[in-house]
Amino acid sequence: MRVWTVVFLAFSAAATAGAATDCLSCHTEKTEVKDSVHGSVSCAGCHSTIQSYPHPAKQTPVDCASCHSEAAGTLAQSVHAASGGPSCLSCHGSAHSILKASNPKAATYAANLPRTCGACHGNAQLASQAKLPEVYSLYIDSIHGFALTKDGLLVAANCASCHGSHGILSSKDPKSKTSHANIPQTCGTCHTGPLQAFSSGVHGQMLQAGVAEAPVCTNCHTAHQISRVGTAEFQMKTTATCGGCHKDELATWRDTFHAQVSALGYQQTARCQDCHGDHAILSPSDSKSTVAPAQLVTTCGKCHTGANASFVKYDPHANPHDGTHYPGLHYATLFMNFLLVSVLGFFVLHTLLWFLRARFGHDAATGPAGSRPE
Amino acid sequence: MDDTKTRFYIRFSLTQRYLHWALAGTFLGLAFTGLQLRFSTLPWIQSIARAVGGFGAILFFHKFFAIGLTITFGYHLANLAWDIGVKRDWSLLWGPNSMVPRWKDIQDFIGNMKWFVHLGPKPRFDRYAYWDKLDYWGVFWGMGIIGLSGYAMWFGSFFARIIPGSWLNIALVLHGEEAILATGWIFLIHFFNTHLRPGNFPMDLTIFTGRLTEEELKHMHPEEFDRLAGSGGLQAIAAEAPPRWLNNFGWLVGATAILAGMIMLVFMAVAFLKE
Repeated sequence: MRVWTVVFLAFSAAATAGAATDCLSCHTEKTEVKDSVHGSVSCAGCHSTIQSYPHPAKQTPVDCASCHSEAAGTLAQSVHAASGGPSCLSCHGSAHSILKASNPKAATYAANLPRTCGACHGNAQLASQAKLPEVYSLYIDSIHGFALTKDGLLVAANCASCHGSHGILSSKDPKSKTSHANIPQTCGTCHTGPLQAFSSGVHGQMLQAGVAEAPVCTNCHTAHQISRVGTAEFQMKTTATCGGCHKDELATWRDTFHAQVSALGYQQTARCQDCHGDHAILSPSDSKSTVAPAQLVTTCGKCHTGANASFVKYDPHANPHDGTHYPGLHYATLFMNFLLVSVLGFFVLHTLLWFLRARFGHDAATGPAGSRPE
Repeated sequence: MDDTKTRFYIRFSLTQRYLHWALAGTFLGLAFTGLQLRFSTLPWIQSIARAVGGFGAILFFHKFFAIGLTITFGYHLANLAWDIGVKRDWSLLWGPNSMVPRWKDIQDFIGNMKWFVHLGPKPRFDRYAYWDKLDYWGVFWGMGIIGLSGYAMWFGSFFARIIPGSWLNIALVLHGEEAILATGWIFLIHFFNTHLRPGNFPMDLTIFTGRLTEEELKHMHPEEFDRLAGSGGLQAIAAEAPPRWLNNFGWLVGATAILAGMIMLVFMAVAFLKE
């Protein structure tokens, strides 16, 4: 019997060194590898340093790059390599049970990816150590996160859709998919309509002209916490968002009825996008602009039924401090302020003197002053 | 006549009292809803707005009270037109019973200022003192400015056919600033002059009961008292003491209105400082 055993081992070691069946006769817990993407790869294919049996207990770690040189190459250039962060297995799962990304059980399957990345990026402690925002919770509650994880909508953006996978670069890197200038192209991979509109508008033109401050998708929609634009939450924030750059316009809008109504939480009022449009915003001097003089009756008429040429002379950004451009408004404001201060000021004094005289001043000639005898 | 019994005289007719109620009620409603818009940037104002049903509710009630006030004002104008045009009551246009200012009002005003600083005797006021007339004409001025600008904004596209659209920008400024003046006047000046000042504190019930006592008439309107006493006109306005329910009713609703005004005044003051 013993002879046969030796012969068998020698034969099998020579013929199929590292053949899974043999290794697995000891490493019984590794049978899962047969169902993995590497099922057809022999043990020695990865554990290449094991040449004979018995093998030393301590082994050099498996080098995935020996096969996956391209992925390893891009990973080495990425922000994850630079930060000394995750290894291949951090994302692809346990070594012996790695599955194809198309397998719904894979850690890298579209619908599972947010949880995989979230293992680090949803960890407040790790996030703060790496000085990264804790993006997982923001993403998972976003329109993309909901679509992907709740509805199983696989085309919805997951982490890799925007950031890439092995070659993730810091958004500060101009080559990154998420660098400021590349954002429109990245989002535009799916959102082709908005990309086209954005590119034709003033903001898109600015970006193409190389203006670094030009807003891109994320300036208005945010990067991770993207919400449905129809929601009150989004609608109520647009003026502050646009006003971040357009400060004067925000200030003058705030003086109007549109803004007062908006401040009280009412959605159906004119905010920036209602008049100026959203992705394809054009200069008012452009005849196609929604706020070009010739278009105003239509634009204002969206809410104000019966708007006419005179009605649209109302200026939603009139500045009462600017006497040159708005003399009527300017002097009306000055007059009303003067009237308010002088009338109330004088009569408050009148009231005060009256009170003091009636309360404390006793005048023998006129009796108890101001008092009403009972 | 029994000298120990307090004698009462009619000062305001039932119509006048009803009109004051309508005016006060709609005014407080307009102030409460309008002030939230005027100070809409403040978070605590936004909380109040949410609590009362949001802007939709605020706008509905603002317009509701606006129509109420317009009807009240229109009724008063129609009343005046009837009394003057049909009944030929010229005393409404001139003299002591008229709200039209006269030379004596200026003299009383200067005299009162002198009295405040111990430089002269207290003026002898007639039926309507100068501050009564300011209260009265203030409503006219306010109705003109606030009412017209309000309706212009409400029916913007219609009014834009009559006035330039750029005036709608001015309309909001006029509406808001005049509203501050009107509410400030009522809560600070009118409430003190007629109700809260020493002598009348805490409330003058005349506008609610329509009546005042002979002593009140003598002291507050000595000119009128002497004139009526001389011509025998006192008998014509003599009245029974106001019933207890009317007194209580006046107290309750009047105090509520004054309290509401005082609360809004404090809110306005805080809002004005924070804005």
